[in-house]
Amino acid sequence: MHGKGWVITGMILFAALAAFPFYWNWMGEDKPFPKLEMPEKARACVEKTEFMRANHMRLLDAWRISVVRDNLLIYTAASGETFEMNLHKTCLGCHTSTEKFCDRCHAYNDVTPPCWKCHVATGVSGEGDAS
Amino acid sequence: MTISRRKFLKTVSASCLAMTAQSAVSHGFSLPGHMTPGPRELKAKRWAMLVDMSKCDGRCTEDCIGVCHEIHNVPYIPSVEHQVMWLFQEPYENTFPDRSHELISRNLKNRKFLLLCNHCDDPPCVRACPTQATFKRENDGIVMIDYHRCIGCRFCMAACPYGSRSFNFRDPRPHIKKIHPAFPTRRKGVVEKCNFCQERLEVGKMPACVETCKKGALMFGDLGDPSSKIRRILDEKHHARRKPQLGTRPSVFYIF
Repeated sequence: MHGKGWVITGMILFAALAAFPFYWNWMGEDKPFPKLEMPEKARACVEKTEFMRANHMRLLDAWRISVVRDNLLIYTAASGETFEMNLHKTCLGCHTSTEKFCDRCHAYNDVTPPCWKCHVATGVSGEGDAS
Repeated sequence: MTISRRKFLKTVSASCLAMTAQSAVSHGFSLPGHMTPGPRELKAKRWAMLVDMSKCDGRCTEDCIGVCHEIHNVPYIPSVEHQVMWLFQEPYENTFPDRSHELISRNLKNRKFLLLCNHCDDPPCVRACPTQATFKRENDGIVMIDYHRCIGCRFCMAACPYGSRSFNFRDPRPHIKKIHPAFPTRRKGVVEKCNFCQERLEVGKMPACVETCKKGALMFGDLGDPSSKIRRILDEKHHARRKPQLGTRPSVFYIF
């Protein structure tokens, strides 16, 4: 093989570079999971916590489609409890501060859903203001 | 290692099948609960509005327009190019251009007609929408926009023969005097229009403009029910739809 030295050095360099992000991540400290402020009216969410944590976006998506397209309004949860399918009334009714609940977890996971570009996050900066 | 052509094809097709099956399973999401209509929902086969211009002199239309725009967070932008309107007014020649001529009565000529989305039975905007963001509800005939899906292509605006749709050229929020938190605002880059107060109907309330009008010039009812009050009035009185020759069959009617 011609230029064996160069080739092998190149391969080692490439491997080191490619592995760097993994190494960096592994060496770094874990960011602590953000502390979410639970509603003061401490009762259960629409569905079980594990389900909501994993699937709240799917639930909201299904709610939206049902409300705007199929004239449905009431969601009866697995527990039998009923909720109005309304982000403002139902979700923000308990989670009054989106900043201390939604945003903290979204920031931790580096996702930026555009919910509050249209929906009014009343908790963020008082009634009526939605910057 | 050698592999026969037959065995290769078998392995590849089995792998493809396995992958498809896996994605089909993982995408199937179902909610643990179930959904039902609201208990107080006002129901109709096809909602329709009747504007009685013999009662509406166009002087207080600021009231119904104002209430509509306030509760729906419609921005006020003075620029004609950028303004957003759910309810608006136009003179006779713009409302009924095909019926207008130089000798129409002074009464009609000087009057401002209240305009809104016609919620057509055969809506051209729905056909134009490439993302199904705008659609006609089969249950009650309301033409709705799902603002989450709107990509702002404005095909619907080009397709609408009534100019009922507005585009958010700017972020609307700075132009809303007081944001009404219960109803979402829109964002820059989506089309918006009147929704026949769908959010009020689902909780048992009449549209805001109908409720606001003190003169009783606006009537809202079920076009699909032959015994409804609105159908009775349409049977009795001479009325007009805008641009009937286009075959869109509007759900908004005018009495003069």
